[in-house]
Amino acid sequence: MAYTEEELKKELETKEYEYGFYTDIESETFPNGLNEEIVIAISKKKGEPEWMTLWRLEAFKYWKEMEEPEWANVHYQKPDFQAISYYSAPKKADPNKTLDDVDPELLEMYKKLGISVDEQKKLQNVAVDIVMDSVSVATTFKKTLAEKGIIFCSISEAIKDHPELVKKYIGSVVPKKDNFYAALNSAVFSDGSFCYIPKGVRCPMELSTYFRINQAGTGQFERTLVIADEESYVSYLEGCTAPSRDENQLHAAVVELIALDGAEIKYSTVQNWFPGGKDGKGGVFNFVTKRAMVEKNAKVSWTQVETGSAVTWKYPSCILKGDNSIGEFYSIAVTNNYQQADTGTKMVHIGKNTKSTIISKGISAGKSQNSYRGLVQVNSRAEGARNFSQCDSLLMGNECGAHTFPYIEAKNKSAMIEHEATTSKIGEDQIFYCNQRGIDTEKAIALIVNGFSKEVLNKLPMEFAVEAQKLLEISLEGSVG
Amino acid sequence: MLKIKDLHASVEDKEILKGINLEVKAGEVHAIMGPNGSGKSTLASVIAGNENFEVTQGSIELSGEDLEEVSPEERAHKGVFLSFQYPVEIPGVSVTNFMKTAINESRKAKGLEDMPAKDMLKLIREKSELLEIDRKFLSRSLNEGFSGGEKKRNEIFQMAMLEPKVAILDETDSGLDIDALRIVASGVNKLKSKDNAVILITHYQRLLEYIVPDYVHVLHNGKIVKSGGKELALELEEKGYDWLKQETAV
Repeated sequence: MAYTEEELKKELETKEYEYGFYTDIESETFPNGLNEEIVIAISKKKGEPEWMTLWRLEAFKYWKEMEEPEWANVHYQKPDFQAISYYSAPKKADPNKTLDDVDPELLEMYKKLGISVDEQKKLQNVAVDIVMDSVSVATTFKKTLAEKGIIFCSISEAIKDHPELVKKYIGSVVPKKDNFYAALNSAVFSDGSFCYIPKGVRCPMELSTYFRINQAGTGQFERTLVIADEESYVSYLEGCTAPSRDENQLHAAVVELIALDGAEIKYSTVQNWFPGGKDGKGGVFNFVTKRAMVEKNAKVSWTQVETGSAVTWKYPSCILKGDNSIGEFYSIAVTNNYQQADTGTKMVHIGKNTKSTIISKGISAGKSQNSYRGLVQVNSRAEGARNFSQCDSLLMGNECGAHTFPYIEAKNKSAMIEHEATTSKIGEDQIFYCNQRGIDTEKAIALIVNGFSKEVLNKLPMEFAVEAQKLLEISLEGSVG
Repeated sequence: MLKIKDLHASVEDKEILKGINLEVKAGEVHAIMGPNGSGKSTLASVIAGNENFEVTQGSIELSGEDLEEVSPEERAHKGVFLSFQYPVEIPGVSVTNFMKTAINESRKAKGLEDMPAKDMLKLIREKSELLEIDRKFLSRSLNEGFSGGEKKRNEIFQMAMLEPKVAILDETDSGLDIDALRIVASGVNKLKSKDNAVILITHYQRLLEYIVPDYVHVLHNGKIVKSGGKELALELEEKGYDWLKQETAV
């Protein structure tokens, strides 16, 4: 088969979202709309202490006065924030349940997603904290972790059981009024994960959370807080899938990472929210604020593979506050059909001899628009700051777009900042070359895309990398490349 | 093995091949020579199934099967191999990974399991020795930053790995220095057997000193205008193509 524009288009159209099923679980949903009563009701429902309720109310107050940002290179019908239900919990959830007690229908759903909790437990040495429609339903490996003093639980539990840690760090990296979506999240966040690694402890396993938007018309607002105490290490995985729905669903998460002196956090994400149909209908709006505070000699690496969502607005960032701290951002963003992604990072160099690396790979197909937006900021006292950025774009077909918006602000003369960018297109000649060696067009696209993304895929933990590769294939061949 | 009958092919309505007849039997080596623009590379592309070219008339048969409806990858599975004149780069995909994928896709098409890693390793070792290829070379991205000679050597390495029935070598000699030419030619000679066939496309007689053809065909203006034994190549070298152009014009 030769590889003409027409054929490529056809091929890309055939991929339907394969996780598009809906499991019928009884759930309790709040009425639509957002006001102070709803905020209070969420807090009450979760049995939160008063300080938390007040914190939420304050965030709500800020949010009311804020406006949705419009600077991103994305176009969409703004969500009607009064038409969304802000809380939906599977009714049967009970934090004291063991995995064996988990609703079999839930487990069935994970199986469809290829995430068997049992299997993960036994085979993969991964502790999983599953967040589904806002409430954490199963947490494993807690005991092993507890022996090392590691706390890994839902944020709701942490608010009750470890208020001193939550109080100290929540909102310390992403303040309540940081931006429109962060404020919204602070007011109504439903659940999320909390992780604390004590001083000098190396977390013996990858920690993992799977998110999934299940209930129709519910927004999902997770809150994740990871604290790595001095000289500790943790690798954290976050995976996301959403069943297909026609209405756009809103997802506005906040992730805060705190790496204290000498600590290291690796935070990996594979995001596969429903991207919308091939006609551009439906899909998830993903407006996420992710930021890390990096103290002296500490290191934070963000690695993300973004294949889903109708609209993505996401900039995992590092505040390199401490001297000699290191920030890294490795990203693959795939857009197909009518998907729009505006994603990148912010590296703020405050401490001396701080280093940052940005590797961004954007893959656009169909009629999609893929933008990299990055800020490298070197403050006046950041002697010897160093940054390297590389932004590569791969285009498939003639109707998609790739855009790069690098911002550089250097206020210290000793700073060294490098930026490299390339744009390439999958060529008919490359496809024919593969065909001639017996590799069909779909496999050829997967091969080329994987090759293009290799530097980033290599940064993912092994079992996650395999999954990410599969996702890339689904997204581009037949609908994944 | 390969039977081409009255083949006409065009690109963007411009006819390039104007009635090619060629039969290549197992165990034979054919050389196709001819001036620039005579249609040599087009012929190679059409045999491999490149759909940028439209076959307007005639047929290509491989072992008795008409290839008209057969996709390029299926042709490859059936044993057609093309050593490209200009091999493309595929960044991030190592030579090894590429070969592994190619071999396993062919096996899949034949209903076989993936080749066990142990066997694959053995095969790679064997074939890379044949072409005097350094192991480090195999981990590099396919054709990225390769010299002209390395690209051509890599093509023949792939041929060795895939063991095709009919191998078409499109100007494999161009860009090779004399040492590389010798290595590549000796590789091709070792791969030759009574069960496969080789078609050499070249401008020069030089390659034919190393890989001796059974037949030489001269392509001019989309047609084979003269066929003969290996001595025809020498005659061409001596007299140039103008002689033939004049002769065929008469």
